[in-house]
Amino acid sequence: MLIFENVVYEKGVRQFMKGYYARKLHSLLGVIPLALFFIEHALTNFGAFEGGPSRFNAGVKLLNDLPLVLVLEVVLIYLPLLYHGVYGLYIAYQAKPNNGRFGYERNLRYLLQRVTGVITFVYVIWHVYETRIQVALGNVTHEQLGSVMHDIVTQPVLFTLYLIGVISASFHFANGIWSFLVSWGITVGPRAQRVSSYICMTLFVLVSIMFVLSLIAFRRVEFQEASVWIDTVKSVLS
Amino acid sequence: MAETTASQKKLVKFIITRQDSPDSASYVEEFEIPYRPGMNVISSLMEIQRNPVNVKGESIAPVCWESNCLEEVCGACSMVINGKPRQACAALIDNLEQPVRVQPMKTFPVVRDLVIDRSRMFNALKRVKAWIPIDGTYDLGPGPRMPEKKRQWAYELSKCMTCGVCLEACPNVNDKTDFIGPAALSQVRLFNAHPTGEMNADERLDALMQDGGIEGCGNSQNCVRSCPKGIPLTTSIAEINKQTTKHMFKQWLGV
Repeated sequence: MLIFENVVYEKGVRQFMKGYYARKLHSLLGVIPLALFFIEHALTNFGAFEGGPSRFNAGVKLLNDLPLVLVLEVVLIYLPLLYHGVYGLYIAYQAKPNNGRFGYERNLRYLLQRVTGVITFVYVIWHVYETRIQVALGNVTHEQLGSVMHDIVTQPVLFTLYLIGVISASFHFANGIWSFLVSWGITVGPRAQRVSSYICMTLFVLVSIMFVLSLIAFRRVEFQEASVWIDTVKSVLS
Repeated sequence: MAETTASQKKLVKFIITRQDSPDSASYVEEFEIPYRPGMNVISSLMEIQRNPVNVKGESIAPVCWESNCLEEVCGACSMVINGKPRQACAALIDNLEQPVRVQPMKTFPVVRDLVIDRSRMFNALKRVKAWIPIDGTYDLGPGPRMPEKKRQWAYELSKCMTCGVCLEACPNVNDKTDFIGPAALSQVRLFNAHPTGEMNADERLDALMQDGGIEGCGNSQNCVRSCPKGIPLTTSIAEINKQTTKHMFKQWLGV
């Protein structure tokens, strides 16, 4: 009986995974809330470029002062991210790219959407581990996140990896909006899809620039302030 | 006169991917056949059939292929020619780079050589009910009229010959997915646009909101670039996306 139930359950999961609603949910969550959160994140980080540590910390404080902040984080970020990421890996696995035979621009974006999705998945896990999880573990406070970032991006290899991460995420975000508009039947005709391509690719460039500038800003000495304290923590931990 | 002799001697080289039975391994065989003005891939295959000798001079079983109309309306002679899926009858040798590489469309089960089994496409049309039910136990009378403007774009969709080129071009039609493919999606748009067909629109949308339905599309848009009939497949897909989205909300909010 248990085996039977397991079979039914597994079949149910597989059917859901292959089904219309699972894919629709994946697509919806990519925009609401994830794309919105992504824009918010780009803006908060850009504060570091615009006004240094005080501006950045003000942004971080503003978010952390929201009521029910943990609930908001779980419902609007972690759960959607987990679903979108895991289901996205399944979509990437199902693809059989044929860009060698069909070197069209849209087909290239089809491939890039999947490649940047996988890169972003790995990058986000790493990034969340280094920042939010360290805060949760009590190793750092929210106020010290600027200096945590400073320590990361002043190392050339990690800085390069971060650049790859933010540019991949930005492409996945912008091109994802393009395909969301098609998949929900909002941009139907070729002209609408062309115009939305221009808009989304412009968005990709703009958001990439914002993130790259923030990363460069985190390299400034002014973000170094608390790094001595971090070193102490690190030496205690090791 | 000398020129004629030269052109008669001119040879066209073919590299053909062959397969003896559905389960056996594929292999490549090369052929050289005399050039004739205006020849296409089908007439070349006919030449091989007349004189089944490969480039090594070995006598072999002639290459099998499928074709009917020879004017790009039946969809039977789809094959991969120089890397692109297309109709062999419309593939003029003068327009092709040589050697000409001919392969079966391996997205479909290969029956033999270049012959493939496109059953899944016809099953897909059955699944989405790509027809207009007009039969009754009594005379139902004339149906509603179709506006001329609508008829004009719907006619373009009706040119689909179920040739399978769009499925071959699609990176999401493969053994890891059940995706129905672009052709059937466009047919749903066609039959849902018809004033009588519209009466069963929901049934067709329901069929596309199940496993392997419209959610399988990954927006690579190779289909619209490959369709030999120039059917606006991606417009059809986006339109069906719109119809299924509306249908979904109607179902949820209407209960």
